[in-house]
Amino acid sequence: METVKEKQKEKSTKSTIKISGAEAIIHCLLAEGVDLLYGYPGGAIMPVYDELYKFQDKLTHILTRHEQGATHAAQGYARVSGRVGVAMATSGPGATNLVTGLADAQIDSTPMVCITGQVPRHLLGSDAFQETDIIGISTPVTKWNYQITKASEIPEIMAKAFYIAKSGRPGPVLIDITKNAQFDEFEFAYEKCKGVRSYNPTPKPNTGAIEAAAELINNAKKPFIVWGQGVILGQAEAELTAVIEKAGIPAAWTIMGESAIPTSHPLNVGMVGMHGNYGPNVLTNECDLLIAIGMRFDDRVTGSLDTYAKQAKVIHFEIDPAEINKNVHADVAVLGNSKETLAHLLPMLHENNHEEWHNEFKKKHQIEFDEVIKNQIHPTKEGLTMGEVIEEINLASENKAVIVTDVGQHQMIACRYAKFEQSKSNITSGGLGTMGFALPAAIGAKQGAMDREVVAIIGDGGYQMTIQELGVIFQHQIPVKIVVLNNDHLGMVRQWQELFFDKRYASTIMVNPDFVKIAEGYHIESKRVSERKDLKATIQEMIASDKPYFLEVKVEKEGNVFPMIPSGASVSDIRLK
Amino acid sequence: MEKQWFTISVYSENNVGLLNRISGIFLKRHINIESLNVSKSEIDDVSKFTIVVNTTRKWVTNIVGQIEKQIEVIKAFYHTDDETIYQESALFKIDSALLFDERQIQNIIKDSNSQIVTVARDFFVLAKSGRRQEINEMYDQLKPFGIMQFVRSGRISVTKDEMQISAMLKEFQE
Repeated sequence: METVKEKQKEKSTKSTIKISGAEAIIHCLLAEGVDLLYGYPGGAIMPVYDELYKFQDKLTHILTRHEQGATHAAQGYARVSGRVGVAMATSGPGATNLVTGLADAQIDSTPMVCITGQVPRHLLGSDAFQETDIIGISTPVTKWNYQITKASEIPEIMAKAFYIAKSGRPGPVLIDITKNAQFDEFEFAYEKCKGVRSYNPTPKPNTGAIEAAAELINNAKKPFIVWGQGVILGQAEAELTAVIEKAGIPAAWTIMGESAIPTSHPLNVGMVGMHGNYGPNVLTNECDLLIAIGMRFDDRVTGSLDTYAKQAKVIHFEIDPAEINKNVHADVAVLGNSKETLAHLLPMLHENNHEEWHNEFKKKHQIEFDEVIKNQIHPTKEGLTMGEVIEEINLASENKAVIVTDVGQHQMIACRYAKFEQSKSNITSGGLGTMGFALPAAIGAKQGAMDREVVAIIGDGGYQMTIQELGVIFQHQIPVKIVVLNNDHLGMVRQWQELFFDKRYASTIMVNPDFVKIAEGYHIESKRVSERKDLKATIQEMIASDKPYFLEVKVEKEGNVFPMIPSGASVSDIRLK
Repeated sequence: MEKQWFTISVYSENNVGLLNRISGIFLKRHINIESLNVSKSEIDDVSKFTIVVNTTRKWVTNIVGQIEKQIEVIKAFYHTDDETIYQESALFKIDSALLFDERQIQNIIKDSNSQIVTVARDFFVLAKSGRRQEINEMYDQLKPFGIMQFVRSGRISVTKDEMQISAMLKEFQE
C-alpha cells in the first residue's frame, strides 16, 4: 500500500505528487493519530470509503447500524480516551442522522469530528438526490462546521477541525465534503493547526483572580466545592485532589464530573442536582463559599436559581468565558484551564480542616442512607431494585469498571450508586439526556479502553432506540457487558406522572419483546434474572466473561428515584420520598 | 430587568455560514433582531456586523458571550445608544408629478435635509440618512401624498470608545 511518504520518494521521477481528495482525507486522519472511526457509507461519501478499503491496515472503520450509533460510539471513545472521536456518514439522511449525536457532544463538550459526504459542487442547491443543507442544520449543534468544495481545502480544514474539536472547551465539528472534492486530485501536504486567529481557546489565568479566590477560600468557614466535567477534560484530577485535601473542603460532583475523584475519597461528598445526594444539595444553601470548578450551573444542578446558594460567595473556575455569570453570578471568576488554575491556586491555600462543616455532610448522609440508600442497595422487599444491581456490579468489578449509562431512572440510580476509582469512568448523556446513547457509547468506550471492563446500564426504553448496534458488538466481538434494567415502563416519565400528573400513565407502559432472545439472535451470550437469589452469581459470571454479554434484570415496575428536587424547586427543598 | 436598546458590534472573519451561526444565537433565545447590517470594517479582511436588539442587559450579555465564542468571531461588544454614534438610511420613491403639483413636497425635501438621488419622468427618489425618528417623521409627512416605494436600512454605528481590534488580533496570533 502506497503512502504519501512513499509517493514523495518518487518525487525525483515525477514532477508533482497528486492524490485525490478522498485519499487526502485518510492521510489527514492518520496525521491526527486517528486509527479508528465509526460510520456508515452511502453515495456521496463512497470515494472516501474506497480509500478506507485501501488503508484498512492503518485505519479501522466500524460499520454501525445507524449513523446516530456512529456518533455515540465516537463520543464514548472520546470520553474514555480523551482523544477525538470520529464519525462518518453520507449526505442527506446519513448526515441528518448525526444531528442527535452532534447536539449531545455539543452540550457535553465532547471532542468529535464528523465527516459527511455531500452532492457535487455543481449540484448544490438543486435539490439533488440525498442533498440536504447539513451545514445549516448542524450549525446550532456544532462548535464549528465547514463545507469543503475544493480538494485543495482539505488539509487545512481537516487540521483546523481536529484543533477546534479538542482545544479549549471541546466540542463537535462537522466537515461536509462535496463529492467532486473527494474525486479531484491535488498536491497534498499536511500541517497540524496551531491556532486560529479569531479563536482564543484557553484564556490565560489571571493571577489577581486566583489570589482573590485564595483569599476567599482561606477565610471561609463553610467552603463547598462543586466540580464538573471541566476537571476531567482539563486532566486536573490530581490538582483538584490536592486542593480539597490541603484546604479540607468537602467536594461534590455534577453527573458529568463523576469519577474525577474516587468515590471512596473522604472529602468526596457525592452528587449535586435533581437526583443527587441529600447533603450536597441541602448544604449548597448553607455554605458560605461555593467554589464551582469546570461546571456550568445547569438547571438540573441548581433547581430554582432564585434560591440557589444566595447566602454564599461564589468562585467560578471555568475555561469558557460565556459561562461566567450565565446562570449564577460569580463574585470571583477564574478563567482558564482547570489544571493550570488549580495548580496556581494550591500554594496560596492555607492548610485547613473544616471538620465540623464536613460532619454536616456526614449527618445528612446518614439521614439519606436510612431513608433511601439502604432500601435501594440492601432491599428487604420483594422486587429487585436498580440500586442493588449497581451494587453487585460494583462488587463484581471491584469498582474498576467504566459504567456507560443511557437516560432515565437507571441512569440516576447508576450515577448515584456506582463506585469509581479511576477518572473517565462514568460515560453518560448528561446535558442532552439522549435515550439510546448507552449501547453505541459502550462500544466506543470499550474500543477506547480495551484494557478496562465496560458495563452498559440501560433502561428498556432507551435500549430499543439503538438496539440494532448489537450487530456491531456481535460482528466485531466487542466484549461489552450490557445490563438492561427492565421495569416495562419509561420509568422516569412514569415517576413524574405518578408524582405530578395524578398517575395518568400516558404512553409510558411498554410491552417489551424477549430481550434475551434478541441478544441470542445476535449470538451474544445472554441471561435473564428475575429473582434476587440469582443476581450476584449472574453478575459475577457476566463480569468474569471475556466476551460480549447481555443481562436483563427484571426490576420492580414502579420504583421511584429519590431524593428528588422537583422541577423548579430549591435545592434545599429536596425530597427524600 | 428592563428592556432597552442595544447595538451589538461583531468583528469577524468573512466566512460563508457565519451569519447563520450568529442569527441562530438569537433564534435559540427567542430574541428578535430589530436590524442587522454586515459590512467591511476598518481592518482588511475583517467583517463587521451591527445588530440592534431590544432586550435586557442580562440577555445582551449572554448573547454577546455566545457570539464571541464562535470560532470565526474575533470580538463582540454591546453598547447602549448613548455610547454610540449611529444612523440609518432610507430611500423614498415618489411620483414625479407631485414635485410640480404639490408645493409642500419641496418644503419637506428642504426641511428634512434629504437628497434627491434621481429624477425620472415618472418618479423621483429621495435619500435620507439620520436617526430613526427623523426618517419616521419624513415618512409621515410624505405618506399623505403617496409613497410608491420605501426602504430603510439597518442601523450602522461607530462607538465613542476606541475599538482595539487590530491589537487584539495581533495578541491572538502571538
